[in-house]
Amino acid sequence: MVVPADAAGVRHHILSVLVENKSGVLARVASLFSRRGYNIFSLAVAPTDDERFSRITIVVDVESAPLEQIVRQLDKLVNVVSITELAPEHATEGELLLLTVAAGPAERGQVIQLVGVFEGKIVDVGRSSLTVMLAGTPGKIDDFEHLIRPYGIVELQRTGRVALPRLERHATSQLHSVAGGAGDPAGDRRTIHEAR
Amino acid sequence: MRITGAQALIKSLEMQGVEVVFGLPGGAILPVYDPILDSTIRHILVRHEQGAGHAAEGYAHVTGRPGVAMVTSGPGATNIVTPLMDAMMDSIPLVVVSGQVPTAAIGTDAFQETAITTITMGITKHNWLVTNAADIPRVVAEAFHVATTGRPGPVLIDVPKDVSNAEMDWYWPQSLDELDLPGYHPSTTGDPVLVRQAAELILQAQRPVVYAGGGILKARAAGVLRQLVERTGIPVVTTLMARGAFPDRHPLALGMPGMHGNYTAVTAMQRADLLLALGSRFDDRVTGKVAAFAPGAKVVHVDIDPAELGKVRRPDVAIAGDCKVVIEALLEALHELGLGAPGTEPAPGSPAAARPDLAPWLAQLRAWQEQFPLTYDQDSGGPLKPQFVVETLRDMTPDDTIVVAGVGQHQMWASQYWKFDHPYTWVNSGGSGTMGFAVPASIGAKVGRPDAMVWAIDGDGCFQMTAQELVTASAERIPVKVAILNNAYLGMVRQWQELFYEERYSEVYLSPDLPDYVKWAEAMGCVGLRVETPEEVAPAIDKANAVDDRPVVIDFRTDAFEKVYPMVPAGASNDDIIVGPAQGQGGR
Repeated sequence: MVVPADAAGVRHHILSVLVENKSGVLARVASLFSRRGYNIFSLAVAPTDDERFSRITIVVDVESAPLEQIVRQLDKLVNVVSITELAPEHATEGELLLLTVAAGPAERGQVIQLVGVFEGKIVDVGRSSLTVMLAGTPGKIDDFEHLIRPYGIVELQRTGRVALPRLERHATSQLHSVAGGAGDPAGDRRTIHEAR
Repeated sequence: MRITGAQALIKSLEMQGVEVVFGLPGGAILPVYDPILDSTIRHILVRHEQGAGHAAEGYAHVTGRPGVAMVTSGPGATNIVTPLMDAMMDSIPLVVVSGQVPTAAIGTDAFQETAITTITMGITKHNWLVTNAADIPRVVAEAFHVATTGRPGPVLIDVPKDVSNAEMDWYWPQSLDELDLPGYHPSTTGDPVLVRQAAELILQAQRPVVYAGGGILKARAAGVLRQLVERTGIPVVTTLMARGAFPDRHPLALGMPGMHGNYTAVTAMQRADLLLALGSRFDDRVTGKVAAFAPGAKVVHVDIDPAELGKVRRPDVAIAGDCKVVIEALLEALHELGLGAPGTEPAPGSPAAARPDLAPWLAQLRAWQEQFPLTYDQDSGGPLKPQFVVETLRDMTPDDTIVVAGVGQHQMWASQYWKFDHPYTWVNSGGSGTMGFAVPASIGAKVGRPDAMVWAIDGDGCFQMTAQELVTASAERIPVKVAILNNAYLGMVRQWQELFYEERYSEVYLSPDLPDYVKWAEAMGCVGLRVETPEEVAPAIDKANAVDDRPVVIDFRTDAFEKVYPMVPAGASNDDIIVGPAQGQGGR
């Protein structure tokens, strides 16, 4: 099965935003997007290994505003420590899906088989439905959702994607951090504003 | 030393060098008001919290130091929302301290509770809810640092009552390292490669214009701007927020551009081949229709806020940095490219030696200035023209008089007809257009610059919004002067209804004598004067100038039919500028 590198299309870019782990920070980020008319495709937030910081992974719709403008406005938030743009082809992305699908005795076998193909897990079983958990790239989850839909989706919850930069394969190449957003030597991973 | 959070707060303000706080107490901020009695800080009791905010803005405008205001929770805090928004739009350093209900009551809809940090999130540069008394000195230091560095702006510190009552061990952060701002690192120096490119563009331009904005004043860069202009011979427009950043009486001054800018300033930008945008932000009131703005111009954009670069107009050279630092670097780069001091020959063979002659461009600008002057007609027996009041006031007051305006027609006439030859002598609400700004802001300006004469030029509509602060001014012996250009209308709205709504006047009439402004002024402890004819203008201003122990209000009854010209209709191209009947013929 072929999964497109970025199922959401080129109009979506992933920003990995390191923020201070303080109350109200998510509201500040969300409020910025809202008041400036920027569209969010998905957003996931969680603590990092350092308890002082959280990481917000935002998939932004760059048709609503240029990426550079979104990044620079985000960077003005005092609680935003650094912003890294992750180009899909140079990032490892993942998303989690929980889905309850109608599956009576007649379809149950087919559904379980499909879940197996996608390496998902049946996490709950009812009389006429199943709850499935599936982790993977957003494209893979899109495909699964598409294939399972005819059976009847009862409820569905996706986490929104999280991402980290892909690791370098060659000793000579390094990740470039660019403060202030000027220039783009690395091309694939831009740290727009790094904590000092 | 064990002290309360409230004492720590006042002590922290003292450590920041705060001389004056504008405010109004209430329940949640009560603990903080007690140590004010023992403090060196002067507290000025306003009559409405909005007045505290605008007064603090006026103070910040003229001094360059952050203005400080203090309010209680709930309605006290929401009453200062407008000044916070105003300060955000105009990049004014402002520190507002608000009381909050006790931490245990937060979220319970307690009496006078409101989530002011949530409300002001988008209209402050940053805000803080303090939950621990021990954090107070650090948060105050952070607040002043954030408000005054990078692009200045307003901040708010929300202090719950139990936090100000709690005890803490006093300390004061000794350096920026002790602040908890891991994500805040404003940079000021421009990229030297880009500065060099900007200098090269300057030396290639045939029709350059400096487009100076409020950032020049924020960066204290008026002096180096003048050096740059005199070194390069490039003419300058000063935006509404930059009036005074370059002397209006200088031969290279073109005055204000924009919707009500003069013909030459507007058209110079339209015909320019290079715009040197320094601390300006391509505001819609300057650009008109963006797609038709300065179509032939390359743009060098210098701003301390990287988000301004390319927000509206894609620059050819974008320099993130402080205007003063970048202009100094630009002067250095121009020197390296062979451009010497004014009057000296460029170095032979240097890029400067090959520079186009600006004389034809300057001659064109002179021709426009002669053809389309900024003028009006004052008939000797006719109704009093507001522009005549502004010009007479200008000519009868010291050169460094501070002029404070509200928002509307009177603001535009003040900006157009005053001659600003000194920085920090013009105080107004630019980006947010806050009616009622002038009276309280003039009070703050006078407190910040007690040595200077301060005149508010206000409209009758604006005056009615915040006039009660003249009670504050009288009580505190702050002798501001207010010239009301009373045309009995919400004049700018009336002008638009006349021009764009077929003279259908909807809800704009105010009456010239309800209220009676003279009696109202007197009731507030001010001297009140009324002027109805051109002949009475000068004597009344003489009288007002002689008063220095209380505020003065002059009710100038001006022509209700006078309109602000030139005018670029909203959304139109700057090429479609309309000049007034007295302002020349044959505009395109």
